[in-house]
Amino acid sequence: MTVDRIREVVAEHGRLAVDITTLLDGDDLYRAGLTSHASVNLMLALEDEFDIEFPEQMLRRQTFESVASIQEAVEQLHAELNV
Amino acid sequence: MAPMSRLRVGIDLVQVSRIAGSLAAFGDRFLTRIYTPTELGYARNEPERLAARFAAKEAVVKVLRPREARPEWKSIEVRRDPDGWCELSLTGTAARLAREQAIDSLAVSLSHEAGLANAVVVATLTEGHDREQETEARRAGRGSTNQ
Repeated sequence: MTVDRIREVVAEHGRLAVDITTLLDGDDLYRAGLTSHASVNLMLALEDEFDIEFPEQMLRRQTFESVASIQEAVEQLHAELNV
Repeated sequence: MAPMSRLRVGIDLVQVSRIAGSLAAFGDRFLTRIYTPTELGYARNEPERLAARFAAKEAVVKVLRPREARPEWKSIEVRRDPDGWCELSLTGTAARLAREQAIDSLAVSLSHEAGLANAVVVATLTEGHDREQETEARRAGRGSTNQ
């Protein structure tokens, strides 16, 4: 499932201060310790994992705010690829 | 209410090893998403320099205080004078945010030592600028991306 793969990438690249398994999909990743730099690594790792590219307009704080917001962005990019 | 300061300061500290790690993991994709060609011309193979520039971009964001979209990384550029000091150049969202908040000049200083790189950015705001004007300018400028 997409959300499980996202959680794995966040766990590997997000450098969170807490165990991701303790977070709900809607929980704020920045509050959980995600830094700007880690969010860049996270973005690049998500691009590798899902074979997508985040356009400039999606490179905003809100995109990487939670597992749920990342899922929304990944699904949107996938949908655009499949048009 | 006390008058708003006409000075702003932003500071950021980066572990060089973190930037080196991104470079090792993602290579050019990391570099070209974050740094301008001018920055890469000077710092491409130097993790300390890359880390200091990353810190500078973060310090600028702290000065710009974005409430919504944060500026694109490459809309904040560090330019190095041949004599060693650095200046900032803003474009895109970063330039718009600076205009909206009446920031009329910026200065940056970088340093690195013992695996850490840091940057300090100071901004001055135009005299007479106040919070009400700032709010108005943000409202008027929302959604635009002037270069």
